[in-house]
Amino acid sequence: MSIEYMGLSRINGPLIVLEGVRDAAYDEIVEIVVNRTEHKLGRIIEIYEDKAIIQVFEGTDGMSLNNTHTRLTGRPMEVTLSPDILGRTFNGIGQPIDGLGDIISNLRRDVNGQPLNPVTREYPRNYIRTGISAIDGLTTLIRGQKLPIFSGNGLPHDRLAAQIVQQASLGGDTDEKFAIVFAAMGVKYDVSEFFRRTFAESGVSSHVVMFLNLANDPVVERLITPKVALTAAEYLAFELGMHILVILTDMTSYAEAMREVSSSKGEIPSRKGFPGYLYSELATIYERAGIVQGVNGSVTQLPILTMPNDDITHPIPDLTGYITEGQIVLDRELNGQSIYPPINVLPSLSRLMKDGIGEGYTRADHQDVANQLFSSYAKVGDARALASVIGEDELSPIDKKYLEFGKAFESRFVGQGEDENRTIEQTLNIGWELLKILPREELDRIDTKLLDQYYPEASEAPADGSTHA
Amino acid sequence: MLKTGLIYGINGPVITVKGNPGFSMAEMVYVGSQNLVGEVIALSSGMTTIQVYEETSGIRPGDKVTGTGGPISVTLAPGILNNIFDGIERPLSEIAKTGGAYISRGVSVDSLNRTKLWETQITVKKGDYVYPGTILACVPETPSIVHKVMVPPNLSGTLIDVVPDGSYTIDDTLAVLRRKDGTEVKLTMAQKWPIRVPRPYAKRFPASRPLITGQRILDTFFPIARGGTAAVPGGFGTGKTMTQHQIAKWSDADIIVYIGCGERGNEMTQVLEDFSKLTDPKSGHPLMARTTLIANTSNMPVAAREASIYTGITLAEYYRDMGYHVAIMADSTSRWAEALRELSGRLEEMPAEEGFPAYLASRLSAFYERAGVVQNLNQTEGSVSIIGAVSPQGGDFSEPVTQNTKRFVRCFWGLDKSLSYARHFPAINWLTSYSEYLSDLAPWYAEHVDKNFVDCRNQLMSLLNQESSLMEIVKLIGSDVLPDDQKLVLEIARVIRLGFLQQNAFHPDDTCVPMEKQMKMMQTSLYLYKKSKTLVTMGMPVSVLKEEKIFEHIIAIKYDVPNNKLEMFDEYKKEIDSFYDRVIEKNA
Repeated sequence: MSIEYMGLSRINGPLIVLEGVRDAAYDEIVEIVVNRTEHKLGRIIEIYEDKAIIQVFEGTDGMSLNNTHTRLTGRPMEVTLSPDILGRTFNGIGQPIDGLGDIISNLRRDVNGQPLNPVTREYPRNYIRTGISAIDGLTTLIRGQKLPIFSGNGLPHDRLAAQIVQQASLGGDTDEKFAIVFAAMGVKYDVSEFFRRTFAESGVSSHVVMFLNLANDPVVERLITPKVALTAAEYLAFELGMHILVILTDMTSYAEAMREVSSSKGEIPSRKGFPGYLYSELATIYERAGIVQGVNGSVTQLPILTMPNDDITHPIPDLTGYITEGQIVLDRELNGQSIYPPINVLPSLSRLMKDGIGEGYTRADHQDVANQLFSSYAKVGDARALASVIGEDELSPIDKKYLEFGKAFESRFVGQGEDENRTIEQTLNIGWELLKILPREELDRIDTKLLDQYYPEASEAPADGSTHA
Repeated sequence: MLKTGLIYGINGPVITVKGNPGFSMAEMVYVGSQNLVGEVIALSSGMTTIQVYEETSGIRPGDKVTGTGGPISVTLAPGILNNIFDGIERPLSEIAKTGGAYISRGVSVDSLNRTKLWETQITVKKGDYVYPGTILACVPETPSIVHKVMVPPNLSGTLIDVVPDGSYTIDDTLAVLRRKDGTEVKLTMAQKWPIRVPRPYAKRFPASRPLITGQRILDTFFPIARGGTAAVPGGFGTGKTMTQHQIAKWSDADIIVYIGCGERGNEMTQVLEDFSKLTDPKSGHPLMARTTLIANTSNMPVAAREASIYTGITLAEYYRDMGYHVAIMADSTSRWAEALRELSGRLEEMPAEEGFPAYLASRLSAFYERAGVVQNLNQTEGSVSIIGAVSPQGGDFSEPVTQNTKRFVRCFWGLDKSLSYARHFPAINWLTSYSEYLSDLAPWYAEHVDKNFVDCRNQLMSLLNQESSLMEIVKLIGSDVLPDDQKLVLEIARVIRLGFLQQNAFHPDDTCVPMEKQMKMMQTSLYLYKKSKTLVTMGMPVSVLKEEKIFEHIIAIKYDVPNNKLEMFDEYKKEIDSFYDRVIEKNA
């Protein structure tokens, strides 16, 4: 029987201070009973001799300096795992909330995980077809990648993530086991309900594990939610050999919870009040994506974060971009023009794309077409800026072509239906059709041989763009 | 008797020990029952502060801290090359053998293989008087590199015993040295050196020859000298890592030390895979044979990230002492600076700019000053060049790490977001970048490449600058209103940008371009400019010139002329001449 400590010496926001503890370890989990009825969990985040500073996941409401009993568990934060977690719903710290009872298993894992040894990683090369042209064509998602969606409030990032889940799960390798781990940190009830409904409608509910910390749930709890979710994902991927797509939404709420706790601790803030260790903390989450040599499964991460005030230089998207392998950036202006998905391709990027596309993976012309589309679309911006000054009529013929290309690119390549699932062939063919709006000399990023194949000299753009067939 | 203390408090990677157990500053200590590695970073009469290089979860107040009596050091011996280490020189492949896919805590593995037998050729004999740095033996460490076993920098004396040539491990005694005071020291292949102390050298030379990288914008426009320092700042996605990879692959340094400091795990895996497969154009052996990797990825403990930079440079200095030219890629120094900030915050130090500690600038300068071309203690010449990536917050170059780095490096390759958006790679902005080495290196270029090299380079640069000021006008009123000589400048600048500055890292010929070809490409572009300018002064409009497609041909030289067929450039000259004649004929 372990010792229970009665009372506390201090309560400050989500933090409590317990004095006179013996044998407490750093990062250990404690159980707190308030008024002999309410159970809470806390984690020791600082310790000085016999004084422990504890962060309470469920918040400190209702606690007083003398109505609590605290017990040390002797373990770091752990989560119970078994294959039965598929299809279940948990709260932010991994306790079932779907009324189906506890997970019965002897397997418990430390949620903090451990860093993957770079030597045992396998470099990701297999692409995931999402059926969305802007992603498949220009920012290809690779199995084992971490590719966040940078969005803003009111932009359709949830619909985009849901579409990726629906279409990617129906991808080529149907015999391989596929599952989704969904972690919500501080999102609205409607958002979590939207995802639940989408999973149900696409018939994948039995392959989804949900961890929900909603906007009205305790703030500190969401600090542990992504770690619990990723521990579950790693278990499913590396021990059960499944391909896991992890959706983390919204990383902004996670970072803000960290700031809240940090300021209650009285730490020295760095940028915009966030603690100096924001980068390291985000890294321990994002770096848990990947593939391990000799294991079948993979963990692919699709974190969603809303950029405060659409500012990509805000610390959260900024540090995220330095850790993740690219980003998909949504754009308010495109959204205003009713283009779905409103992906602004210029700042979007997939770092792993170059090794997962081309001959043997997608199609030989993929890289060149993507480069050319990027480069040509960048010129559209210049032409538009000029047009806004001197008027469209005054533009040179080639600049007018670029305007035409830009419009078509946005409406036909980027824009597509919410249930439109394009093949890679379709995507690339649309790309060629659009490039044919421009004169052949302007296409300086494409190998001459490929140009001859898809855009023969002295040929006008055929209406259907299927010259290579 | 080792000194011990008891833990009082724990806050992340920082732990405090009550009282004064007698540890010294920067001493390496073992923490807790798992023997986590730590380092003493502050001392007061009542409290000792220690940073721990591993995750501190589960450590308790009252656990024991044991001193080792010496500072954090690396083991220097054969086996460093073709290997991958974490931030404190623990071999990751050995950790994987014992610990599986994850890096567990408190792993105790030797830095280098202690049982492997190395073919050793002794180069000294009994009775020789040896000085610090004297080469005792040569060991073929990899197919590319001969490792030279040296007398440690603090020893000199007479050799009273020397073993014959043969196979030895790094712990076997190769020679016994008697010092002046009569004490005897056994010399092995291995020596230890504290990572925060620069290794000594005899004297330093000024920079005089470039580190050739095969990257046109670097070699021609903003060269870095052997023994020089360069910073590559850029927001995410602008190609810092790609630039570093290209230099690591193709530069003419003898040895590459690649430090992945707080970066992505997959990137290190990629370097490991790529460098094992690619062959070094100079030696024909795999690139890994001349490379060592230090991988402290972003999710590995933050204190070890801080140390990884020093570990890397100490390894580099060791090979420099053997007479090699070493280049260090540090990707990224911002992560290292953030590690400083994080630890400084845990120590509750007074922050300076943006939360960074006030000693950021002095730490940065101390690091970059470890670069240089030197005469070693053993009279050989070696160099360490440092190329540090900087990841400025929000891509804003006015932040403290970029600004302070700029003060201590002489080469600045600023990466540009708008260039990378347009997929112009390498996305090095030619207007904001600079190299202070250009004038130092001009004699070398004149002697080894062409006497007009610097002149051509300056002409190209001037055209690009003219383009940039013309573009200001074009943005306001369009290019149609410009006079024809200015339109020609825009056209030639386009040829330079697409044909010369843009370089395709995935193209077999274009990924690394020899200096001769770079020179010929410059000359050809300038020749085209000269001829076209004559035509324009004769009254030919630029639109007429453009009909000839000659500009596209010159742009495609980078792909069309293989690196070993430079005689093809004569044909391009003829082509320009005939283009000139044709235009005159048609429009006479």
